Amino acid sequence: MSHILNRLTFFKNRAGSFSGGHGVVTREDRSWEDAYRKRWQHDKIVRSTHGVNCTGSCSWKIYVKGGIVTWETQQTDYPRTRPDLPNHEPRGCSRGASYSWYLYSGNRLKFPLIRSQLLKAWRAARATLTPVAAWASIVENPETRAAYVKKRGLGGFVRANWNEANEIIAAANAYTAKKYGPDRVIGFSPIPAMSMISYAAGSRYLSLLGGVCMSFYDWYCDLPPSSPQTWGEQTDVPESADWYNSGFLILWGSNVPQTRTPDAHFYTEVRYKGAKSVVVSPDYSEASKFADIWLSPKQGTDSALALALGHVVLKEFYIDRQVPYFQDYARRYTDMPMLVRLEKKDGRLVPGRFVRASDFDDALGETNNAEWKTVVIDEATGRVAAPRGSIGFRWGEQGKWNLEEKAGDGAPLRPRLSLIDARDEAVDVAFPYFGGRAHEYFEHVEHPEILERRVPARRMALKDGETLVATVFDLFLANYGVDRGLGGANVAKSYDDNVPYTPAWQEKITGVAREQAIMVAREFARNAEVTNGKSMVILGAGLNHWYHMDMNYRGIINLLAMCGCVGQSGGGWSHYVGQEKLRPQTGWLPLAFALDWARPPRQMNSTSFFYAHTDQWRYETLDVKEILSPLAPQGRWSGALIDFNARAERMGWLPSAPQLERNPLEVAREARKADLDAKDYVVRELKSGALRLSCDDPDNPINWPRNLFVWRSNLLGASGKGHEYFLKHLVGASHGVQGKDLGETGGQKPEEVVWRDEAPEGKLDLLVTLDFRMSTTCVYSDIVLPTATWYEKHDLNTSDMHPFIHPLTAAVDPLWESRTDWAIFKGIAEAFSRVAPEVLGVEEDVVLTPILHDTPGEIAQATDVRDWKRGEIEPAPGRTMPQIAVVERDYPNLYKRFTALGPLMTQIGNGGKGISWNTEHEVEALRCLNGEVTEEGPTKGLPRIESDIDATEVVLMLAPETNGEVAVKAWEALGKATGRTHAHLAVPKEDEKIRFRDIVAQPRKIISSPIWSGIESEKVCYNAGYTNVHELIPWRTLTGRQQLYQDHLWMRAFGEGFCVYRPPIDTKTIKPMLAERSNGEKEIVLNFITPHQKWGIHSTYTDNLLMLTLSRGGPIVWINEDDARKAGIEDNDWIEAYNLNGALTARAVVSQRVKPGMMLMYHAQEKVVNVPGSEITGQRGGIHNSVTRAVLKPTHMIGGYAQLSYGFNYYGTVGSNRDEFVVVRKMKNVDWMDEPAKPHMEAAE
Amino acid sequence: MTQFLNEFLFGFYPYVCLSVFMVGSILRFEHGQYSWRSGSSQLLRRRQLMIGSVLFHVGILIIFLGHFVGLLTPIWVFDALGISHGAKQILAIVVGGLAGVVCFIGATMLIHRRLFDARIRKTSSFGDIAILLLLYVQLILGMSTIFVSLRHLDGHEMVKFMEWAQRIVTFRGGAADLVADAHPIFKAHLFLGLTIFLVFPFTRLVHILSAPVWYLGRRGYQIVRTRKGGAARRLPAE
Repeated sequence: MSHILNRLTFFKNRAGSFSGGHGVVTREDRSWEDAYRKRWQHDKIVRSTHGVNCTGSCSWKIYVKGGIVTWETQQTDYPRTRPDLPNHEPRGCSRGASYSWYLYSGNRLKFPLIRSQLLKAWRAARATLTPVAAWASIVENPETRAAYVKKRGLGGFVRANWNEANEIIAAANAYTAKKYGPDRVIGFSPIPAMSMISYAAGSRYLSLLGGVCMSFYDWYCDLPPSSPQTWGEQTDVPESADWYNSGFLILWGSNVPQTRTPDAHFYTEVRYKGAKSVVVSPDYSEASKFADIWLSPKQGTDSALALALGHVVLKEFYIDRQVPYFQDYARRYTDMPMLVRLEKKDGRLVPGRFVRASDFDDALGETNNAEWKTVVIDEATGRVAAPRGSIGFRWGEQGKWNLEEKAGDGAPLRPRLSLIDARDEAVDVAFPYFGGRAHEYFEHVEHPEILERRVPARRMALKDGETLVATVFDLFLANYGVDRGLGGANVAKSYDDNVPYTPAWQEKITGVAREQAIMVAREFARNAEVTNGKSMVILGAGLNHWYHMDMNYRGIINLLAMCGCVGQSGGGWSHYVGQEKLRPQTGWLPLAFALDWARPPRQMNSTSFFYAHTDQWRYETLDVKEILSPLAPQGRWSGALIDFNARAERMGWLPSAPQLERNPLEVAREARKADLDAKDYVVRELKSGALRLSCDDPDNPINWPRNLFVWRSNLLGASGKGHEYFLKHLVGASHGVQGKDLGETGGQKPEEVVWRDEAPEGKLDLLVTLDFRMSTTCVYSDIVLPTATWYEKHDLNTSDMHPFIHPLTAAVDPLWESRTDWAIFKGIAEAFSRVAPEVLGVEEDVVLTPILHDTPGEIAQATDVRDWKRGEIEPAPGRTMPQIAVVERDYPNLYKRFTALGPLMTQIGNGGKGISWNTEHEVEALRCLNGEVTEEGPTKGLPRIESDIDATEVVLMLAPETNGEVAVKAWEALGKATGRTHAHLAVPKEDEKIRFRDIVAQPRKIISSPIWSGIESEKVCYNAGYTNVHELIPWRTLTGRQQLYQDHLWMRAFGEGFCVYRPPIDTKTIKPMLAERSNGEKEIVLNFITPHQKWGIHSTYTDNLLMLTLSRGGPIVWINEDDARKAGIEDNDWIEAYNLNGALTARAVVSQRVKPGMMLMYHAQEKVVNVPGSEITGQRGGIHNSVTRAVLKPTHMIGGYAQLSYGFNYYGTVGSNRDEFVVVRKMKNVDWMDEPAKPHMEAAE
Repeated sequence: MTQFLNEFLFGFYPYVCLSVFMVGSILRFEHGQYSWRSGSSQLLRRRQLMIGSVLFHVGILIIFLGHFVGLLTPIWVFDALGISHGAKQILAIVVGGLAGVVCFIGATMLIHRRLFDARIRKTSSFGDIAILLLLYVQLILGMSTIFVSLRHLDGHEMVKFMEWAQRIVTFRGGAADLVADAHPIFKAHLFLGLTIFLVFPFTRLVHILSAPVWYLGRRGYQIVRTRKGGAARRLPAE
């Protein structure tokens, strides 16, 4: 009806009235309402999710109307749970619900973009030159190179086309491989579980090229090294549904409702069921409201509290009273009964390494790997024997690697936990104490730094003479200061004694009342006692981001092990940080790292890499002496942290990238010329010093990383610890580094690593970023490629938090000119194969790999640390130095290899975590499913992997978790090693094959597999360690048990054999800045804490209008009202936080929520939204990482030692950041820097 | 020629303007419902708007009402009420003058804000700025006429304009002749006034037609609409 005519019926409109005339009924036109109705109409609903590393992994309905994504809501069709358990759904949160905003937002990347100076230079060069020659002419001319490198971060992108962008990238890669070596081409992408195929696209390309895939879990500092140390497992955790089975839950530094939003309901529900809940968090977090008891320890002192809780449990449940369940659990599932040598150090006895079977003249009858078999005393017979399950049984023999209570020879064995009733004597054993060290901003409790405590010991005749030995259990109790009635000093008679580690002792350090600590410990253990282990600790990054995170974690792990909680449904260690659980991992690995074509792939631990190549080591302030134990055994403990890292790399502990100072393609050629095996050739050259490892001289231009791909990541905007160092040295952009390097300050320079007075600025020739939005990383890149969003591609997604695998599917085709990651890397591969023959053919590539966990090589360095470079031992690849392999690269056929499943899957098979199986049947099935390559060439007849869906089918077909037949094969393979049958866990699902279209129809529960330590069953929820406890599969550690004592030489040297309290380190970044750069406002010093946030997931969503509207719309920090008063800061004032590393600007949220002395800045608020200029640096704001710098820890470099062997994202240095302090003050001038760029910072012409 | 121009501007042009005004407004109302709005920039910046806008609107509403009543009320009504032409003229000068000053202050603030507040300027269309300037010039012209009117306080000129306006709206000829010898300022004022009607449907001025005056007399506080296309649900007896 006409609008105007409708208005003219004004007097006829009234149809009645009600409520005494207060309401009227009208007959007016209502067609305007249709506008709102149409807003919610849709043509179709498509299932997808958000690949954002939030662990949510929530399935969503994406609504499409007229080819446009209109909105999304939560899916509610998850498979039901069993009757006594709440369902999973609905999963999702406000952040996910705002995602569709991105698709059509101004921040969306629509076309390939290239820095204009680069594109101009390229077009000019390309007019006369071939592609690789054109690239060479650009980067070899310092002026042309600087012309675009110096402009990074200053805008000036121009629109390019895909062919041109791909050709530049391909030419750069080919040039780099030819000139420096393929290991100078680097790729960073995190968390494959959030979009497996997108990850695999880039890593497959890089792996075929010989490029380096970078780790992320350790770099993010989400990897708790304590997990591999204790369990030989990266991290395995209960699904969130298992919280519901718990009787006592401690949330320790984890903010469940805020950061595990879709899972939080299980926590609420179990409280209705009667579970008790304790929340440990320095700030009054959103989780604190769930607490029956809220403990608020001083940030960074959690291990002190954990040790005090452990002290109470040991005293009351092990000494005053023995709980049969705990005793049995400790004996069977922990290393507590294992014997440890007591060694002399400066006239004192200290715990040494584990006694091994090889220490005895007869090796206790063990002929295989006797050096790797730990030893116990039988309770019944007093016999000394090597119980089954230690790592020596894992390799070189079969059928005895299990947790049955038997010795190697099959005789029954009941290990004695304590020698107190069977001791020869009680001796004083020394333990290091670090809690007495003064720190300007943390409390300490004065005690000598060496504490002697009396321990029951036995004299034992070993090969090297009579030696005192004690059990881990007895040493463990002594370490906790528990009085055994043996007399001696430093043990507590009562909880009120100020003796480490009593509840009274911790009071001053943590601020938690001793009564509360005692109550929590008692109730936690009591619940575990009556429920057989259903006490759980949910913990997270809050504890793990401290330099001494291992102590925080091991303190808690000890508590769980004492109470028999690990591996019991409803109990255990629930560490949630990122979306690490790539459930179909073993199916995905061949696709992702091109294991179907060549093995091994090049992988690098990012923390060491970035520490070296962003030159953060040049500013190191932490002296190794500051962290060394006063009881450090004899050894070489001098040098800088980077020296330790270089030693670790050359001893085969940590990986290297770049690897050798010479191009590995060249090295292979030289070896051939010398008529030597590449292995022998490299060993010879390294030994003579004619060839060096790149790690010895990271600033030498021949050792620079040259090309860097970043995809699915905001490396610079979210995870670049030491952001300003990245900008200065790696990227070469304008930066805010305030400190001077060791050369300028005259500090202690490294002993072995080469120091160059001139620090490199701008190591990268090319930085390529794939993203769907203009992130901070994109801003600094040379080429930005627009990728499909999560609603525009097909992919797979899994999480730790639930047992389902479900897809991302394309609701609409990639918008504008964007492409899926799979299509992008396929395109680059295609361009590369076209361009590369200019300089590369079929090449041999020398690849170095560290000694890897879960391989027979992991038992490499049994009892000592010896450096071949100093002549202490012969260099032997894979034993005393990195493994060396030669890999064939067929560069002209790289594209063909990319798009076909290679022959190694049938020739070698597949496997994971130390077991392997045949895959011929699966490859055949893929050939039928995906079709076979019909084109002539090296891939003819192989299964195709053309589309992203083809790629998903490869993963699903090969993985035991999604293919029941493979699962049965995998369990059978494991059964050979353990000598037990496990296949019953998968046989009922043998015929189940989950395909891509199945999960598009509905999320599917995965199938139990030996790759994981929990099972999928109708009876229990997924719980980590379940199969270790219930199937008697050993943990993949030295002892085969949960290892609470770390006997490696470096562990003992750094005082972490047993868990101790270690105060935060002093990063020394404040003093030189305090009162030096005054703007007239008052300055205060606060501890800089960066928890996960409410209005974003990492940096994603922090630039999303909806989330910005819900929050304060820009960067904020939280400070306590007392601190604010001191500094004259009012709520919403602009403040600046800075130290030697750089500066950041933000608005202050003044709140009682945070403790005085700490400043809380939600991690990863984008630099591109509402960030004013800094008064300190003169640059735009800075981000949370601007004030941080990564500091390595030597114990994380250990390798070649059972569970302490390297694995990608499994072990290695981690990028901690919470020990950092900042100067905080109100800003005087808030400069938005919105005027035209000044000439020296001129953007694009 | 002069005579034709006069006939065109004040005899025919009013019909062109009024036709465009009416037809244009109806068409826009029918087809551009989402564009039918005042285009307020209050969300972007309150500064200067609150005082400026209130002064402007108070002033212009009084002036509009004055013109409407003053021009279109038949002269015999005034005569019957015993209001002399001279008194009416003085009333018009005093009230119009005061309202004009108020409106002028407001309009000056609004123009300053629109032109010199970068955020407002960036988000303004050509029409937004043009109509504001047009009203401003018209206001100045109107206020300038006061000085002319002061020369003939007997009101005979005013009566001529009333007659002109009433002839136009009642379709009687000879309207243009009535204003042929009016002062050029008056003529300019008349012309610009007509032009405002001409551009009315193409600007934010349309919000005038939707001013929610009916709120003043509204009785029900809760409004329930009947089902689309259906009859009213039976209501409980009141």
